[in-house]
Order: sequence, then C-alpha cells, then structure tokens
Amino acid sequence: MCVTVNREAREAVGDYKAGWHDPENSTIRFDFGLSEEVVREISALKGEPGWMTETRVKAYRHFVERPMPTWGNTHVLEDIDFDGICYYLRSSDATEKEWEDVPEDIRNTFDRLGIPEAEQKWLSGVTAQYESEAVYHSIREDLEKQGVIFLDMDSGLREHPDIVRKWFCSVVPLTDNKFAALNTAVWSGGSFIYIPKGVHVEMPVQAYFRINAKNMGQFERTLIIADEGSSVHYVEGCTAPTYSTDSLHSAVVELIALPGAHIRYSTVQNWSTNVYNLVTKRGIAHEKAKIEWVDGNIGSKLTMKYPAVILKGEGSHAEVISVAYSGEGQHQDAGAKIHHLASNTTSKILSKSISKNGGRGSYRGLVKVSPKAKNCKLNVVCDALILDEQSRSDTYPTMEVANPTARCEHEASVSKVSDNQLFYLMSRGHSEEEALAMIVNGFFEPFTRELPMEYAVELNQLMALEMEGSIG
Amino acid sequence: MGQVTPLLEIRNLHAGIGESPILKGIDLVINPGEIHAIMGRNGSGKTTTANIIMGHPDYEVEQGDVLLSGEDLLELEPWERARSGVFLSFQYPQAIPGLQVGNFLRKSVSSIKGDEAAKGAEFRSTLKDAMKALDIPRSFLSRYVNDGFSGGEKKRFEILQLLLLKPKLAVLDETDSGLDIDGIRTVAAGVNSAVRGTSTGALIITHYSRILEHVRPDRIHVLMGGRIVASGGPELAIKLEEKGYEWLEVKSKAEGCA
Ligand SMILES: Nc1ncnc2c1ncn2[C@@H]1O[C@H](COP(=O)(O)OP(=O)(O)OP(=O)(O)O)[C@@H](O)[C@H]1O
Ligand SMILES: [Mg+2]
Repeated sequence: MCVTVNREAREAVGDYKAGWHDPENSTIRFDFGLSEEVVREISALKGEPGWMTETRVKAYRHFVERPMPTWGNTHVLEDIDFDGICYYLRSSDATEKEWEDVPEDIRNTFDRLGIPEAEQKWLSGVTAQYESEAVYHSIREDLEKQGVIFLDMDSGLREHPDIVRKWFCSVVPLTDNKFAALNTAVWSGGSFIYIPKGVHVEMPVQAYFRINAKNMGQFERTLIIADEGSSVHYVEGCTAPTYSTDSLHSAVVELIALPGAHIRYSTVQNWSTNVYNLVTKRGIAHEKAKIEWVDGNIGSKLTMKYPAVILKGEGSHAEVISVAYSGEGQHQDAGAKIHHLASNTTSKILSKSISKNGGRGSYRGLVKVSPKAKNCKLNVVCDALILDEQSRSDTYPTMEVANPTARCEHEASVSKVSDNQLFYLMSRGHSEEEALAMIVNGFFEPFTRELPMEYAVELNQLMALEMEGSIG
Repeated sequence: MGQVTPLLEIRNLHAGIGESPILKGIDLVINPGEIHAIMGRNGSGKTTTANIIMGHPDYEVEQGDVLLSGEDLLELEPWERARSGVFLSFQYPQAIPGLQVGNFLRKSVSSIKGDEAAKGAEFRSTLKDAMKALDIPRSFLSRYVNDGFSGGEKKRFEILQLLLLKPKLAVLDETDSGLDIDGIRTVAAGVNSAVRGTSTGALIITHYSRILEHVRPDRIHVLMGGRIVASGGPELAIKLEEKGYEWLEVKSKAEGCA
C-alpha cells in the first residue's frame, strides 16, 4: 500500500458532461500493478472466507496464463498497461444508508449526477459505487420486508455467504476469458440481488458506477438471482472524468432467472473516452424464464461487450437490445450471444450503431441452437447509421443452427443520413444540428423506448450534445 | 394608392445544380393576400423554384434575388426562413424513422412559433381540431414521421403542419397529387382560410386544374425550361388542360426569335 501521489490531471473534458474530477481523497490505495500478493491482500482487507481467496488466486493465475483475445480491436487492447493500473482504491470507509453520511465530496459527485433525486422519484433501491467500493446503499423498506435482498456484493458475501458460494462463477466461469479472470481475481463492489419466489419488484433498482481517480481499475461484480416467478428491473449507469491517461473497467455480471422469472438489465454506459470497457455479462434462463439485456454504449475508448443468454429451460426467452455510439477515437465492439439449449426457446437481438468523426462500431453476434433444441425461434436485426466518410461500421453475425426445426430471421442494414431528410427537418425550423440529433435519436428510438423515461430523456440529451459542433 | 411591399418577390433568378443550370431567369411577385399557381411539365423547374425559396443547400443561385417582405431570403439558412414565415409542403415528404409525429409537431411549432405556442391546452386543442379537419386519426401522433404513410396521408400530414405553423408564405409543391377528392377540397379550404383576407400568401404548384377551381388563384404562371413563359387568370389553367403545353412551346419559341 502507498500514499496517493497526486499527479496533476490533464483534463480534456470537452463536451463530456460528467468529465469533471474531484480531488482524490483515498483512505486506502494500492500500488500500481498486479501480483498474487495484491490479490491476497484485497481478499484479506475485505476479511473474506478462504474459498473466495482461493477462487481469486486461481483466477489470477488463469489471467496471467491466458493470452489476450486475438479478435476484436487487438491493436487497442495491446495498449493496456496492466502494470500502470491501480487495482484497489477505497475513498470511504463505509457503505452508508443515508446520503448525509456519505463523505461530502463524494456525495456532491452523485448529486451532480442526479442520483439522489432519481432515487426519490422512481427507484426501488440504489447503490452507488465510487472507485472500488459502494459508498451508498439503500432499498425500499417494503421490498426488504418481502425478503428482497439488494446489497453491494461485498456485503452480500458477508451476509449471505451460502447463496453467493452457490452461484458465484456459475454463469461466468473464471476461465471464461482473460478479463473475466481478471475481474474474478480483483473484484470489488457491484451488486448482489436476490428476489424471492413470486415477488415482483415494480420499480427499477439502480446502480451507479463512478471512477474518479486516474489510472484506476474498476472491477465490480454483480450477481442477480430471480427465484421462481419473480421479476426485477436493474438499471446501471456509469461515468468517469476525462483524463489523458487510461482507466480500465472490467465487470462481470451473472444473472440467474429461475423458472418463470423475468430479469431485465438496462445499462447506459457513458464512460469518458479514456476508459477501456471490457465487460462479461451473461445470464441463464430456466424454464419459461425471460432475460433481457438493454444495453447502451455511448462512451469509453474501447468497449468489448456481448451480453449473453443461455436458454437452458424449455420455453425460455432472451432479448438483447443494444445501441452503440462511436465518436472520434472510439471503438464500440458490441453485440450479443445467445445459446438455445432447450426446445421452444425464443430469442431476439436488435443492435443499432452510429459512428461519427472516424468512430468505429462493430456488431459481433453469435446465436447457437443445440441439436436437441427443437422449434426455436431466432430473430436478429442489426442496423448501422454512418454519419460521415471517415467512420466505419462492421458486422460479424454468426448463426450456428444444429437443429433443422429452428426458424431464423436475420436482417442487416447500413444507412446514411440523407440531405433530403435534413432539409425536411430544417424547413420545419430546426437547425442542422438539431435536425441531425432528431434523426439520430429516431434511429435509437427502438432502444430508448425500452428505457425508463428518465434514462431515455438523458440519452436523447446526450446524443444531442454529441451532434453539436458536428456540422462543418 | 400607396406602394405595397410584395410578400414574395423573385427577381431574375438563375439557379442550378453544380454546373447545369435549371432556372434561367424567373420573375415572380406575390402580394399579401394573394394566391398564385405554377404549372408546367415534368422537369420544368417547379420543385427547384420551391426548394430555392426554402433554401435547399444543393442548389446554387448564380444570379437574382428572392425577397420575403422586402428582406433577402437567400442569406438565410432554411430554419431561419422557416422562422421568418416560409413554409414548404413537400412534393416528396421525407420519412424520419423513430421520430414520433406528436413529438415532431410540438418541436416544430416550438421552434417556429416559440415555446409558449407549443405548450398547454391551447396547442392540444388546435392540434386536435386540425387533425379532425384533415381526417387524420389520433393514432398518427405516435407513428413515425412519414414512415409507412400512404401517398395521400403524407400530403395530409404536410397540410396539418401548414395549419399548425401558420406561415406568411405557403409553398405547396403538388400537394394535390395523390390526394382524394375530399382531400383536395380540405386542402383548398385550408389554403383559402389561411390566405384570403389576411396578409399571408400562397404559391401552389400543380399539374391539375381541379385544386385551382376550389382555390381560385389570382395568377397562374407556366414554367417551361426554367422560364415563366405565360401568366394569366384562372382561364389559363383550363386552356392548358384542354390543349397541353405544346402551343406555348411554339409561342415562346416564336417570341424568342422575335
Ligand atoms: N438534385 C438534382 N440533381 C440533378 N438534377 C436535378 C436535381 N434536382 C433537379 N434536377 C433537374 O432539374 C430539372 C428540374 O427539376 P424539378 O424537380 O424542379 O422539376 P419539376 O418541374 O418539379 O418536375 P415534376 O413536375 O416532375 O415534379 C430536372 O431536369 C431535374 O432532373
Ligand atoms: Mg416537382
């Protein structure tokens, strides 16, 4: 451990609204770089049971041995300096239940991001994570009485070790990929949710992730278990300051939807463009269960994220609706992965991407139907909108269908904004930038309409901001 | 009698796309309270004229002026022209997938007429009445702008915007094409009530005399090869319908030689 070296942060905030940073007042900060010792220290610091420490160490070893992915944007991936990252940083000594008790500077950050206000208006529960640890956590009393567990992951492990042990790494094994292994080794924070049988959580629960420090690694771990016939909508948002050096966000999310349960997981990722966002998200749907990923990627330098669903139980359903915006210097490599293991399962993928100012968007999708899975229905639609000549969009769709009774539909389109569309809107009193924002938001509409209102409005404003200054 | 400032004045307009000229010297004056019509063969430059009045960025004006109430329109961006009171009903309205009609109308009224005009019960009742008059079902409010609209629905939607935006100068580019008989009557009634007895004006581009029977324009102009080759009263439309454009071609050639 060491004391923070407060190097001057060179900011390049630009239009990015969440790009400010606060002075770093860490109570604990690890040296840059990773070793087995660091992994053990994180575990010891958290006072974890031995099995978790061992899981971490095993994962660390796998991370070291595992080569970098040989696909995706290997160029940019190779730039990640694993030794230049701080793997654990704590800015507050406790997870509070009242905003007043959260250290003032951190509270101000979340105030500026509008989280406490949203909580009062339309959420069932909130967790706010700052660097490595959750700093605030609360859930509505009535839900708690019904047995709903909504905790940060560390508290989850402390208070419900048996449930965590049963499901941890059951959906995303620690050997799944290099970054999942890294996360398993150094995870901190994230959410732990259990919804008891038959309980419907009407209003969404929200998690908000903020990276403030430079060269920070955030490795939250989320586990959601929806017991039979229950339902929950989880929403997460993320921002970070704009520094000239890079940070790494590498999360693992595991969802388990037991028979008849319904989990919807919505993300609006707006990391600043110095953050690597390499995330593994996967869910298992049991009989007649339903898992939906609603995934918006606006920020980050490089995102590699392919929310996945394993349709394990008969009659289960998966949906992945995603949008990606890639501006200057950004690459969004996103998509979806669905595995139909059981009969009468259905899946739907809708992917929309916009690239601008030399940004690059890629759709990478894999839908698989096992030989034994009969009468499955698959629907894949990917649309790309390219705003200028320098920008790029690629699609890599793969379907592996091993059962002939499957019904597959696949559509892909690449379009440009036409001068005539712009002129039509301009003739109705809208400036060229407004007109472009209207077209872009229209393009994203099938996604935004799936979001809670407040998020939809926020996303539209974000896109309008992105369109500003884009007209030469 | 004092001199009135024309609502629209086009003087010696030469314009085209890139190197190829389309309009070769157009002169046109529309005074407040007047309705004019332009007729002419396919490709004669009617839509070009309308687009230049509205400020389509693809066209280049080589010569001439376009003035709205004495002010230079050519200096203004399309949205500034819209805010100054110019409206164009498009021959081919554009689809904007994902943009909801209700949202679009509110935003357009707000940017042209001001925030206040797009708020509250008054806006809602104006909208409701206009939709009723045009036979547009309420369900259209949640559809996407011109996306999957039938030809006639697109035209009705253009007129709905005309009624809400209440421009000073309305340019209607073949709004009657594709409309059914009731639709034509409704459009004509809308134009008449918007223009007659007011200081606004309209320019109606059409291939058919039917709409002109309902609107009774003050002047009809015939465009041919980028020039106005004839102007006259309502009788000109009838003559064109009977005889086509050929006699004018002969006439303008003869005049050109003279
Ligand atoms: N964007 C363009 N690029 C190339 N040529 C164009 C363009 N727009 C118009 N033109 C040409 O200019 C001429 C006039 O076209 P315009 O659309 O004004 O005709 P119009 O009188 O409206 O015809 P219609 O009755 O068919 O609508 C045509 O020859 C057309 O091909
Ligand atoms: Mg035309």
